[in-house]
Amino acid sequence: MKKRHTLPLIIGATLVGFIAIMALISIFWTPYSVGDMTGGRLGPLSPHHWLGTDKLGRDLLSRVMIGARIAITVGFCSVLIGAILGVVFGLVAGFAQSWVDESFSAMFDILIAFPTLLLAMLIVAARGASITSAIVAIGIGMSAIVARLTRLLVKRVLAKDFITASRASGTSWARIIFIHVLPNIWTTLIVTFALQFGFAGLTEASLSYLGLGAPPPNASWGSLLQEAQATVLTSPVAAIAPGVLLVCLVIGMNLIADGLRDVADPTLRRSR
Amino acid sequence: MIKYVIRRLMVLLVSLYVASTSLFVLLRLLPGDPANALLTVGSTPEQVAAARHSVGSDLPLIQQYYHWLKNLSTFHFGTSLIGNVSVGPEINSRLSVTVPLTLISFVITISIAVPIGFIAAYKAKTWYGAILNSVSQLGIAVPVFWVGVILILIFALRFMIFPAGGFPPTGWSNPGQAIRSLILPVGTITLVMSASLTRYVRSATLDVLNSDYLRTSRSLGSSFMEAMWRHGVRNAASPVVSILGMELATTFIGAVVVESVFALPGLGSLLVQAIAQRDYPIIQGVLFVSTMAVLVIGFLVDLTQRFIDPRMSKSLAGKGA
Repeated sequence: MKKRHTLPLIIGATLVGFIAIMALISIFWTPYSVGDMTGGRLGPLSPHHWLGTDKLGRDLLSRVMIGARIAITVGFCSVLIGAILGVVFGLVAGFAQSWVDESFSAMFDILIAFPTLLLAMLIVAARGASITSAIVAIGIGMSAIVARLTRLLVKRVLAKDFITASRASGTSWARIIFIHVLPNIWTTLIVTFALQFGFAGLTEASLSYLGLGAPPPNASWGSLLQEAQATVLTSPVAAIAPGVLLVCLVIGMNLIADGLRDVADPTLRRSR
Repeated sequence: MIKYVIRRLMVLLVSLYVASTSLFVLLRLLPGDPANALLTVGSTPEQVAAARHSVGSDLPLIQQYYHWLKNLSTFHFGTSLIGNVSVGPEINSRLSVTVPLTLISFVITISIAVPIGFIAAYKAKTWYGAILNSVSQLGIAVPVFWVGVILILIFALRFMIFPAGGFPPTGWSNPGQAIRSLILPVGTITLVMSASLTRYVRSATLDVLNSDYLRTSRSLGSSFMEAMWRHGVRNAASPVVSILGMELATTFIGAVVVESVFALPGLGSLLVQAIAQRDYPIIQGVLFVSTMAVLVIGFLVDLTQRFIDPRMSKSLAGKGA
């Protein structure tokens, strides 16, 4: 029985691991350099160019590998921003009472209802298109989701008797956060971070598809797809490969989240 | 109920005000003078001053802020820096593509996702229930522009059934042509949105199916359909409506991407183009209209939800854990 429940975790880790390894390798080595246009225009799949070449004669595998690096970087950094902002605000709202709590909640709700893509375009409009703009925008959008969840979890923990007991024996609130609250909520938070990691990659790809993400020649999967669209009939692989990888990343992170949830909280298994 | 509507309306107005102020702060206080879009490299100081005067960025900030609020409240967005068109009417004409695109997709999505989600929950233990569930899981991971490109590849380039993109320049005066060019974009949005909506409908229905009140009602002798109609639908509808609202807002904004894929002259492509050209009046106008749409949708959702489920009345923020 135990084996079955770790299956999603294994599949997810394999998918994401594959992309992560591609990203890691691309830091040190790619089959061709990004600017190398010697491959011939729109070349087919061959031993020299595993995924063919694009319309400028650049090796697609190299570009896809760099795209993996961008996707992983954006996912990681935006989750980091979302996690820090979200957990801090969530903790504050969780401990707050009455109107302070209510205004925090209203703020979270408004931010969550606000589509991340719109927020991202707003920030890009103000700061200009770059990976940093994308990361900041996605991180802020994510922080509201994390904050709302953290607040709920904190409230749930604070209602427990052991908190009252701990307070009665003179523990400070700061200490309570670290010895009681955080240890009780981090597993659920990790699951959310995993989910959001995948969606961050998806949002960044949408932005770069629109030409509002990483500026050239740093091709993210979104911009690769955008470039490939015009020549999709002659070289469909160029349009299909980045899309498939993106789907693998999101599904992989979803499966990891599912798996982690099962490991962290066996009682939830039945309902899923 | 009336008290609630008034209170919620106040929240809507306050959030509109906050949103427009944040827009102003974001777009004005950050580096980069909006007048730059009018200038070429190596402009004389006189030209710079003239450009700043014509876009109003030489005025004190407070005065700029006052003008900003006054213009927004009367829907005057000024004229664009590039091409010198009036922003308001331009947005209006773009909306005539984006709004039908969003609404048609939305209606089709609901009519697909609600029954499928219900079946996926009701038949959760059968093989096709499981398949429906996994397909919808897969669907949320698929980027919308990728689906668009694949649909173009299949239906426009291989089989040449539908146009690969574009919109008749005469707009809706040629309804047949207009609808034909919206079919693939609508299909793209519908495919992606159905997947996520199906998941929500499925889980809301599962909650209802496992509920005590449904079992009680059944044990008191009502048929499944009766019990479902009397108790189930309302209970399942409440979470679904709130998700629907979010999805509608997301679709409206997500239309940006689909419009780019299919080269539709909608609000989204206007925004993307304006951001690339740093055309501030258009950016401001489109962002304000989009934000307003999102906030108004949220308002309508809350009212609907309150109507469906009077228990929600306690607070706007949803008090307590």
